[in-house]
Amino acid sequence: MAKELWKGNEAIAEAAIKAGCRFFFGYPITPQNEIPEYMSLRLPQVGGCFLQAESEVAAINMVYGAAGAGARVMTSSSSPGISLKQEGITYIAGAELPCVIVNIVRGGPGLGGIQPAQSDYFQATKGGGHGDYHLVVLAPDSIQEAVDLVQEAFDIADQYRNPVMILGDGMIGQMMEPVEFREVKKRELPEKTWATTGLRGRKEHNIINSLFIDPAACERHNIKIFEKYAEIEKNEVKVEEYNIEGAEIVFAAYGTVARIVKNAIKALEKEGIKAGLIRPITLWPFPKANFFKAAEMPSVKAFLSVEMSMGQMVEDVELSVKGKKPVHFYGRTGGMVPTPKAIVEEAKKILGGAK
Amino acid sequence: MAVVFEKTKGLTDKPTHYCPGCTHGIIHRLVAESLEELGLLDKAVGVAPVGCAVFAYDYFACDMQEAAHGRAPACATGIKRVHPDSAVFTYQGDGDLASIGTAEIVHAAMRGEKITTIFVNNAIYGMTGGQMAPTTLVGQKATTAPLGRDADHAGMPIRMSEMLATIPKAVFIERVSVHDVPNIIKAKKAIKKAFEVQMKGLGFSMVEVLSSCPTNWGKTPVEALKWLKENMIPYYPIQNFRTPEEVK
Repeated sequence: MAKELWKGNEAIAEAAIKAGCRFFFGYPITPQNEIPEYMSLRLPQVGGCFLQAESEVAAINMVYGAAGAGARVMTSSSSPGISLKQEGITYIAGAELPCVIVNIVRGGPGLGGIQPAQSDYFQATKGGGHGDYHLVVLAPDSIQEAVDLVQEAFDIADQYRNPVMILGDGMIGQMMEPVEFREVKKRELPEKTWATTGLRGRKEHNIINSLFIDPAACERHNIKIFEKYAEIEKNEVKVEEYNIEGAEIVFAAYGTVARIVKNAIKALEKEGIKAGLIRPITLWPFPKANFFKAAEMPSVKAFLSVEMSMGQMVEDVELSVKGKKPVHFYGRTGGMVPTPKAIVEEAKKILGGAK
Repeated sequence: MAVVFEKTKGLTDKPTHYCPGCTHGIIHRLVAESLEELGLLDKAVGVAPVGCAVFAYDYFACDMQEAAHGRAPACATGIKRVHPDSAVFTYQGDGDLASIGTAEIVHAAMRGEKITTIFVNNAIYGMTGGQMAPTTLVGQKATTAPLGRDADHAGMPIRMSEMLATIPKAVFIERVSVHDVPNIIKAKKAIKKAFEVQMKGLGFSMVEVLSSCPTNWGKTPVEALKWLKENMIPYYPIQNFRTPEEVK
């Protein structure tokens, strides 16, 4: 198929439909409005259902109901709206329901702003709601990658019965890029024998639930979920390594910031400084091993995490590097975007100091 | 020997956790019998609330989901949109439906979701230990209204049936009570009709059931039923608010 020019939000919506998503429940918020808008037109054309909920709170609970009923279902929002969805997300994780949640991140805290940001990293990767749980968090750096990851996200969700979050910054949602809707390899998935479809001849009733009033049972449930997370950590890490061989400084960056960092790496190279990049594509599970391996390389003097936040992923980089090399941070936030020039200067400052 | 009474297939054999004299058990039976008699058990999906009926998923024999506090109508919306031929119901108390979940119930009604809501109004938060509900009567004591509900401070109790009956697509709204046998029989008729309305695809249906809470009212079961009759019914009149022509 030839490449077509697509706006990120619309491409994400179309990719979901191509992945078999037939139900979408959402609520308007900038900068993700094109997702529900596109779904409202397209889903009825493919026999699906789009519904604009009265709030993000209702939307995520509609997702809970539909996912529990066995459907492929998605919702999307942006930072303040995702905060409202956190209650539903922890129930979905607790009840082990598969669904895809798109967060097109904007500046915070509070109402923040509407320009691109990455300041929801903690919320996305560390749980976000109450209790012990994880989302699988996928962070595309281009619209092509967003399209590919959205399709795989539904399979990951179904395979592990766990919510998957697509974490894109405002740029991923708003910019246009050439995209090819290529066939993503479908996984072999278990049947949803647990879904509440109505008995339809089944002998035992199915229950979708996250309540375990007996503490021993509640602990067993948590342990079971964490055995699943261990499998996900083993099987699902996605990461790009760029120019690592012989690098003096290794950047950590995800999403669109990683593309800016690549420009900075090229600029550094012109000045005779070898720099590399580790770009986590899955923010959870985090590619810990890649960072540890890089930390053991003799050429590497330091790490620099570049983010559109006040410093969030940098904590995971530090945990992965385990003190073997210094870890630095450079970030812009509130909708401000780091420039290659500023990143180059920061890297030179660090290397100057490390000599 | 002739069988005069049998437990409905709509309930499991699990013993309920309800307090002595609580009327939840009666209401569970009425819902389950209605589903069975209408032949809906095989395609019913219920949604349990947070509150005293939180374990309803263990008691109803059909497929069940347990929702977050107040969100049952949103969950039910998701289920019904995925399986439009199923019989979807929410079973919610007054804290769940009339306080934390007011947005969800109003908008489910506004959309005319083809679901049935059983709204159990006992004018108190039962499970958390007797706090004031939005439906607590003026002067009625609660653990968070130790001197009784003061209308000047906490406002007047909310009448959900009256409110929802103003919504065009809330096509069947009836308030019933289970404080005596004739009213229990009337309550069952209303619940059955509500499910018929749903299965005919006519719109949103709700039955508000006035219910007693001897434990948190500090009364014996018999006193509680008398209190319900003498205090709740004057403020919450037993009444059909709306019935569509098709099921009259």
